[in-house]
Amino acid sequence: MNNNDLTKELSQITETDDIFKQPDIAHVFIHQHKVIQSHLLPGLKVDVKEFEDHIVVNTIVEKNIKIDKPVHMCFGMLPEKGIQKMVIHNEIQENASASFLSHCAFPNAVDIQHIMDGTIKVGKNARFRYLEKHVHGLHGGVKVYPHTKIQLSEGARYYSEFELIKGRAGLIDIDYEAFCEKNSVLEMISRISGKEDDKIMIKETAHLMGERARGFLSSRVAATGNTRAEVYNKLTASAAYARGHIDCTEIIKDNAIVSAIPIVEVNHPKAHITHEAALGSVDSKQLQTLMARGLNEEDATDLIIKGLLS
Amino acid sequence: MKKNILEIKDLSISLNGKKILNNISMEIWEGYVHAIVGPNGAGKSTLASTIMGLEGYRHYTGSIFFKEKDISKLSIDERARLGITFGWQEPARYEGLLVKDFLKAAAGNKNDDFIFEQLERVGLEPEEYAERAVDKTLSGGERKKVELASILVMDPDLVLLDEPDSGIDVATLDKIFEVIKEQKKKKRTIVLITHSLAVLEQADHAFLFCNGEILEKAVAKKIIPYFKDRCIPCKHKNIPDKEGVRLE
Repeated sequence: MNNNDLTKELSQITETDDIFKQPDIAHVFIHQHKVIQSHLLPGLKVDVKEFEDHIVVNTIVEKNIKIDKPVHMCFGMLPEKGIQKMVIHNEIQENASASFLSHCAFPNAVDIQHIMDGTIKVGKNARFRYLEKHVHGLHGGVKVYPHTKIQLSEGARYYSEFELIKGRAGLIDIDYEAFCEKNSVLEMISRISGKEDDKIMIKETAHLMGERARGFLSSRVAATGNTRAEVYNKLTASAAYARGHIDCTEIIKDNAIVSAIPIVEVNHPKAHITHEAALGSVDSKQLQTLMARGLNEEDATDLIIKGLLS
Repeated sequence: MKKNILEIKDLSISLNGKKILNNISMEIWEGYVHAIVGPNGAGKSTLASTIMGLEGYRHYTGSIFFKEKDISKLSIDERARLGITFGWQEPARYEGLLVKDFLKAAAGNKNDDFIFEQLERVGLEPEEYAERAVDKTLSGGERKKVELASILVMDPDLVLLDEPDSGIDVATLDKIFEVIKEQKKKKRTIVLITHSLAVLEQADHAFLFCNGEILEKAVAKKIIPYFKDRCIPCKHKNIPDKEGVRLE
């Protein structure tokens, strides 16, 4: 396949066909370790170094630049087998604002590894939204390792979502760690559905180091079949008026096993952190209400899970 | 000529070793608003839960016939598909599930216009509410209205409403009463589970429950004075009058 064919197929899979017609939407398409298509905007710099066994992508949104429409980053592989290893550095400079929508597509995976080691720096008073949406194959033959360190400067705002929107999870091993300075705000949300023998590991950590830093970690997992899911959420607060909350909900069905380990650590008398977790089968009243409207148990369960992961 | 839509014969049920309903027999007439009225613990909600076949209310003696069909062995959804539904005292919350999707779940083949009309009928603007989640961001009254809308969307033959006035403001209760009146005009059958005089006043016919038994059944107007004068001020909850019920 040439670059155009690869781009076309990846864009169809990720339902991003229409972005090419819009000059005000920036995009970068990477197939395994090669850039196959890109379109940038003023103030958005992307520097790529391609290697045989990995790719390094340095992205900068320059100081005071506001990018109105989401920047689409498509990272994928069409073959059934292989490794995609990426080193990604995103920097949103002071007072800049941007939203990145990362589409990670491995639709034919039988034995694929997607390894991503990243850093994200959000500068003073900058705004950054990072949405990572995965499309996997039906066979679960994908192992995903998104590991990222996040640095929020004073007054920065960061919002991220990780979502598996299609296919089997396979193995997902998320590891995000954030360091939040004064008056910064961080929200990290993960929504994943596991089936059959999928394995889901979510490790999200945020350190609220500056005064009035705020953090929210949210995980939503639906585990069916023989899925194993483990969620480790850790929030530390070490400055006055730092505020944080951890919220974890995991629904299980069949023989799935889930666990949630919230860790909260406060070492300043004026800081405050809370956490809540709900693990178990689908709520009985929710289920029975939908069944009392005529849905069978399976359809009612699916609808409840769909809502939870939406 | 009154036609029975629901017939209960010799129904008894025990929960945690305690008898909650004791040999209940009753008929629910099609097209009427009925009230099951009595103090807390009289067995009213247990009766409604047993009719709907809810979890924990499946092991009983006696029989329940809906439209002349024995529904004792049917699951909740099978009973619902026959035309029975249930409105909870405190409706469930669903994280992330949008109002429009919650309503569509009850709609069968009915179209979106019909669904949004029902939302309007309970006093919720579709533009404002359709895309909201049925979660804790809705007030208790709003969730009650959304649940009522889902019942209207389903358009069942028999609605069991458990404590419809619980946890809501006066305006919401008026809206619920308005919907009940509309349903009555449409010849739908409604069973109100209540210990409230205001709710009892919406009914045509009432069954007075106490301590798991039916003390009396009559037109609601006859039950109201006794319930008001004897049951509401009653200090010996769930111990029937020794001299029995004397209706005026």
